[in-house]
Amino acid sequence: MANAIGLERADYKGAQSTLCPGCGHDSISNQIISAAYDLNLNMTQVIKFSGIGCSSKTPAYFLRGSHGFNAVHGRMPSVATGATLANSNLTAIGVSGDGDTGSIGFGQYKHLIRRNVPIVYIIENNGVYGLTKGQFSATSDEGAKLKYYGINDLPPIDLCLEAIVGGCTFVARSFSGDAKQVQTLIKAAVAHRGTAVLDIISPCVTFNNAPDSTKGYDYGKENEIPLHSIEYMPKGYVPAKDEITVEGDYEGTISVKMHDGSYIKLKAIDNNHDPRSREQAINLLEKGQRESLFLTGLIYYEEPRPTLGETMELVETPLAHLGDEALRPSAQTLAEVMKSFA
Amino acid sequence: MCALNIQPELQTQQSMQAVVNDFALMVATKNGSGSQTSNEVLIRSLFRMGIPVSAKNLFPSNIKGLPTWYTIRASKDSYIARRETTEIGVVMNQDTAAEDIANLPSGGVCIIPADWKWGQSRPDITYYEIPVKETVAKSEIPSEFRDRISNMVYVGVCAYLFNMPLDIVRKALLDTFNGKEKPTAMNFGVIQNAYDWASANVTKADPFRFETLNLTEGKILITGNEAAALGALFGGITIAAWYPITPSTSMIDGILDHKHIRKDPVTGKDTVAIVQAEDELSAIGMIIGAGWAGARALTSTSGPGISLMAEFTGLAYYAEIPCVIWDITRMGPSTGLPTRTSQGDLLFIHILGHGDTRQIVLLPGSVEECFEFGWRGFDIAEQFQTPVFVMSDLDLGMNIWMSDQFSYPDQPLNRGKVLTNKEKLEAFMESHGGEWYRYRDYDGDGITYRTIPGVDHTRAAYFTRGTGHTDMGTYSERGDDWMKGLGRITDKINSTRNQLPQPVTDWDKDKTIGILSFGSNDPAIVEARNILAAQGIQTNYMRVRALPLADSVHEFIQTHNRVYVLENNFDGQLAQLVRMETDKSTQHMTSLALGDTLPMTAHWIVSEITKRETH
Repeated sequence: MANAIGLERADYKGAQSTLCPGCGHDSISNQIISAAYDLNLNMTQVIKFSGIGCSSKTPAYFLRGSHGFNAVHGRMPSVATGATLANSNLTAIGVSGDGDTGSIGFGQYKHLIRRNVPIVYIIENNGVYGLTKGQFSATSDEGAKLKYYGINDLPPIDLCLEAIVGGCTFVARSFSGDAKQVQTLIKAAVAHRGTAVLDIISPCVTFNNAPDSTKGYDYGKENEIPLHSIEYMPKGYVPAKDEITVEGDYEGTISVKMHDGSYIKLKAIDNNHDPRSREQAINLLEKGQRESLFLTGLIYYEEPRPTLGETMELVETPLAHLGDEALRPSAQTLAEVMKSFA
Repeated sequence: MCALNIQPELQTQQSMQAVVNDFALMVATKNGSGSQTSNEVLIRSLFRMGIPVSAKNLFPSNIKGLPTWYTIRASKDSYIARRETTEIGVVMNQDTAAEDIANLPSGGVCIIPADWKWGQSRPDITYYEIPVKETVAKSEIPSEFRDRISNMVYVGVCAYLFNMPLDIVRKALLDTFNGKEKPTAMNFGVIQNAYDWASANVTKADPFRFETLNLTEGKILITGNEAAALGALFGGITIAAWYPITPSTSMIDGILDHKHIRKDPVTGKDTVAIVQAEDELSAIGMIIGAGWAGARALTSTSGPGISLMAEFTGLAYYAEIPCVIWDITRMGPSTGLPTRTSQGDLLFIHILGHGDTRQIVLLPGSVEECFEFGWRGFDIAEQFQTPVFVMSDLDLGMNIWMSDQFSYPDQPLNRGKVLTNKEKLEAFMESHGGEWYRYRDYDGDGITYRTIPGVDHTRAAYFTRGTGHTDMGTYSERGDDWMKGLGRITDKINSTRNQLPQPVTDWDKDKTIGILSFGSNDPAIVEARNILAAQGIQTNYMRVRALPLADSVHEFIQTHNRVYVLENNFDGQLAQLVRMETDKSTQHMTSLALGDTLPMTAHWIVSEITKRETH
């Protein structure tokens, strides 16, 4: 069935995946495709970015009508920063992995967030280096076991916690086995103005899927604790009068109005986490780590601060579209400048 | 045997034959003491007197306290290279005073604070002991300015001793303070008092003096980095991403200072975004992302930053993304000498990137060329869809140079083969059998057509990757695809040899000795060739302005009996490159590589060439 802009869901696909059958990353690609189809995205106005690794191959496997850039290892954030600054009209989606983001690109990840570059930043987190055949990553659990590398003695980096501490205004964690939640969070992230981090636990079926691996399917299926049920209401939705929106007191239910006029509706399940509270979000992640709880959902949200481009007094026309007359001052201007050096 | 006679022998004090507009003055101070301002006043005064002037700032990698030497050369013959000897020493740093005085030539002049009671141990030079503290005290300067302003004392004394009209000095001071009257008045008070003291108390006993000329009419004073910044602004830069590093920082400062000339006239908003990145890895990533998205973007850095950019520039080379990288070189390897000049990055940037890469490098030899390559660099990057490096150096970039005014770009912007909208893409496809593929060589010149993100057409998108790809942009690990793709890029880069800025030559077919060089060595070579010619050694000269080397470089080498390759690095990298590229004999080619951390001098060139030509 065609969507509002006349495209079938299949039109949003990309090339055939070359990842291992059953890879969590492929199901995330599928949810990106579904979300884009539901959101009626014009693919020509979307730009895709990635670094290096299994996860970073995936932008070739979704949204074939979008320009994509498979950059160097860990340094996708800087490429996305330059591209979004050059053309602020485009919607940017970045896909990275735990090695790409948590190790080699950790600095760029933090600075992307600090600059509030407008991008949906998806981390396909499997706790292992897949493409180099199974080394520990910086998000591997302490005590985790791998076939060749034995036991990991180092504590993991929590990429959501890092995002919140770094000033990110949209931070979510999900599980690639929870398709509906992944898809809903992607839609909300696309509507967000600024960096939106989605840390999605995405099992590596080849190197890190043992029953006791916290990044494996079985563990995820059995232990995922969604913080809330979550719904995405596209632009045009009008909340009921008694619905609590982002400004109101939190009583377990909340409707968050996104930048583009859409809403996400959250209803708490068995807990009272208010995603608008940075303190609560940090405490929640600390508690999750301490008690080995696999908590998923929108962990932190705040009204976005200005994006990098918005902090500068730039012309409205995207810089990449400026014509020659805007790019080269006149001969008279040069003469005046020269006079000031005479 | 021909005797070396680089500078006229200094006349003895007894004869007092005047030396006019042809000597150098060195000011030795401590870094951070504010002497930059007073030195600038001296330069601007000479410039306003119509006397050709040049300046070299030899400064430490330090904010305050370490020694710094500032050399100002006046030359009636318009020579602007560094000179090894300076006749006048303004000795203001006790830490280096002994050495500074020892370095003065016989017949020279030493200006030194009287309150040091240093003594006058050299009978062959003239001493002027000047009352720095008293003069400042007399000038009623607020205490917070006293230390910095005390440098104006030597300005006033020099003005008296060497005949610089005070009204001109005042105008130069006003220029230096960007037209601000208040600091000008305060500083000029000290200059006036020092001048008055000198005229009442000093008997001039040296032969050096300035006299007004008219040789700076229509000229400007500017640093290479500022010239490059202006060039970039006239070349349509929209994004500068950078990380602070000496000696490149002042180029970005130049963009910041002048970007108002690019403001939108209606809204007053900027068309240039400047991002201070977290490191050079990020800076280069940003400009590659921006170039890919269709913007004109540059970064400016020096050797250590270039090292970090290697991986990304290899990606941009292979994925064919335009961007411009300025390397204001300093002395390496490693942290090296951050405040000393060098041409040591030549080979490194030419082949930067693992695997088979051959990057385009532009080599400005003057501030005018810094301006020209500032705009032209973008045209070349977009025309050939590749990174363009511009290799300046600390001497060219940070020192003040006298120059002709810059010429307005003689060509409109060249955006290259870019399909920027749906209509252009459709028109292209219509004339190409209904297809467009990113890396397909439709014109047979190795340069393919690119779209930019946002072109609203279902066929506009392509996938950019540093991994192996076909001419359709699809992933491929096939050897034949790899060879075809990289082969085309290699041919494309080779095709630039005779399209990039060509060598500047002074090539008389009757002469048999050739000099080959590049970059900021030019002023020293110009001066040296005149001295050599006066000694009967006639030379031809070719100054290379881009890599890969033009074919004419090899012709130049092969058509001379002897060729001297002059460069300011240790290994003779240009000579190595010539040898790498030719299968003809280069036994008649001599590499004269210096790399002594300072700008090249005519004296060194003359001495090296003479000793080989006169035995």
